[in-house]
Amino acid sequence: MGASSVVFLSSGLFLGWSLGANDAANIFGTAVSTRMVKFRTAAIVCSIFIALGAVISGVGAAYTLGSLGAINAIGGAFVTTFAAAFTVYSIIKFGLPVSVSQAVVGAIIGWNLFTDSVTDVNSIVRIASTWVACPLLSGTFAAILYMLFKYLLSFVKVHLLYRDACTRIAMVLTGAFGAYSLGANNMANVVGVFVPVAPFTDLSLGGFHISAVQQLFFVGALATAVGVFTYSYKVMGTVGKGLMPLSPFAAWVVVLAQSCVLFIFASEGLEFFLASHNLPVIPLVPVSATQAVVGAVIGIGLCKGAAKSIKWSVVVRIMCGWVITPVIAAVICFFALFFMQNVFDQRVYIPKTYLMSEKVFDRIVAEGFSASKLSSLKGERFDSGMEFIHAVENRVGKLSSDQQQKLLSTAENVKILIDADKIDNLDNNLFSSEELEQIRELSGQRFNYRWELQRALIRTGSNWEYRPATILNKQYNKMLLQKLTVIENNFVVRAEKKKTVSVSMD
Amino acid sequence: MNLSKGLSMFSGSRALENKIDEFLDRISEAGLIYRKAIHVFLEHGVTEDFVTHAEQIGHIESRADELRREIETGLYEQNLIPDLRADVLSLVEDLDEILNAYDASGYRFTIEQPVFPSTLQPDVLAIVESVTNSVEQITIAARTFFRDFNSCRDYIHKVRFYESEADRIGTKIKRAIYSSDLPLANKMHVTSFIEMIDNLADMAEDITDKLAIYVIKRDN
Repeated sequence: MGASSVVFLSSGLFLGWSLGANDAANIFGTAVSTRMVKFRTAAIVCSIFIALGAVISGVGAAYTLGSLGAINAIGGAFVTTFAAAFTVYSIIKFGLPVSVSQAVVGAIIGWNLFTDSVTDVNSIVRIASTWVACPLLSGTFAAILYMLFKYLLSFVKVHLLYRDACTRIAMVLTGAFGAYSLGANNMANVVGVFVPVAPFTDLSLGGFHISAVQQLFFVGALATAVGVFTYSYKVMGTVGKGLMPLSPFAAWVVVLAQSCVLFIFASEGLEFFLASHNLPVIPLVPVSATQAVVGAVIGIGLCKGAAKSIKWSVVVRIMCGWVITPVIAAVICFFALFFMQNVFDQRVYIPKTYLMSEKVFDRIVAEGFSASKLSSLKGERFDSGMEFIHAVENRVGKLSSDQQQKLLSTAENVKILIDADKIDNLDNNLFSSEELEQIRELSGQRFNYRWELQRALIRTGSNWEYRPATILNKQYNKMLLQKLTVIENNFVVRAEKKKTVSVSMD
Repeated sequence: MNLSKGLSMFSGSRALENKIDEFLDRISEAGLIYRKAIHVFLEHGVTEDFVTHAEQIGHIESRADELRREIETGLYEQNLIPDLRADVLSLVEDLDEILNAYDASGYRFTIEQPVFPSTLQPDVLAIVESVTNSVEQITIAARTFFRDFNSCRDYIHKVRFYESEADRIGTKIKRAIYSSDLPLANKMHVTSFIEMIDNLADMAEDITDKLAIYVIKRDN
């Protein structure tokens, strides 16, 4: 562990801080602004449950690395994370809630532009659709829940004070659940990419085993807690009373509607449960907690016929914030990468090469691409994804985003050597002993493409083969993809010499 | 929030609920005693019985003052119903004003001992009946505001009915007094008592106007 590890990790902690400052407002903003829950109570509950979620449930997703996993050099990950965190900080400085994950995706687009990598158009479409679909969904949900609970409560003759106590407890419980989910789902996005450089070792204290990853996630959660305590109050005010004044009951409905929307429309677990019980499946749509909260507040305002009491100027400011977030993150990331590479002389990108070998050509043709049009590319090598895609598009015409991604993953030339000494580096929690044995069988073998490695693994056992893309197989395939990525990263053979990307700033 | 804090929140609010209920009970009780006291006064004047009733109202008023203070302190200390706290405090204070008015009225009868013409005594009893009914209805309205605010409007309507009935009887009594042969000083003295009694219904009506707004706010 060197000082550089701590420096690299610092941007992850900055992003963790931003997450706390921004997302605590989504969870407890309405409760605090209606004075039903004290800020101190909200901050303590939020911090504790974020930490619990991160350490107990978040570590399982450590290898997913979220979108940042696409970045293949720690220097690049540092800058991208910093750009996202700085963007979030700049927007919440104005008291506006933003989506941290969208800032991260924006920063990655900046990294893609800098490194001449291909950006998945679907990720941009997904963000833009979230701006509209998510508030609409949560607004509708909030309106329905508001009317339903109001109707049901009209039959319950409980004292105002008793109802007040119940509302408070419901707010704290819903908030604690939201904080736990935030820690479980988002900590991997914040610090997951720094797992390889984290300056921690496994600890055993009185029978308790705390892994290095758990320690890293706990540190990430601490940074988030600092964000909650130091900077979330302002954004809470915007969410809780800046848009429109809310009653405590409406405030609770907002939090409930947000949780329901995230659970129903973003939960793969629920989707799997419904499909496995032969129940109709609710389609998953991209949703964001920030956008869900804002939509829910507006939904309740409209449902109450109080459209005039909604401060539309604040709504417009918030929406502008959403749109500019990924743009600013991309721009900051692009320029920061330039400085990181050329001023601080750090590697921000490990160049990828795409080789149209005979094997790749056959595989691409088998996937339905025209053999006659692509035959002229045989044997050619490309130094960037964009260059490769342009070459293909010049011959076969415009490609869809899925086709682009498929071509890139097939032709990416990666040197992989299954080194027997490195097998022990693989996490026993992720791989079964049978799987580790299967990998051991490939010791000494070399592969030039990821799919070659997978094909070899399939020969050792059918468990390495993707299952048909159905809802029931989704989790299996996702886990398999994670495992394959971890194996590739563990056995990849990197060129020793540092390579940089030259970018003209003229 | 830990479990004990959650439980103390429930026990704290339960204790305060009981205090609010007791406070409303005291107002209702004061109305019944006031009605009884006026009956005694009209039949026998300021007797030991009347003084006892007046003192009873005084004790009730003192206890209600204690309850009001405890309710106010409890609402703030426990940070309860932040959105409606100001309204509830205002409601409790306004209701306490009615108790003060009952108390003051009883003592004024003891001190000034007005002489009502015997022909008007049924009307005086009728106005006292309407006034105490209006106060009784406002206590029920206040109770429903806390538990079933949708029914609150029904009682608000009744308060308004009894208040206009009290106004009508009050005007009738004043007309009768000024057309009688009583000396002007007596006329003015007696009508001031009628106005004092009628004022209790006006106070109840003022509270209903505010309560109607509180109900709209709670509905949202």
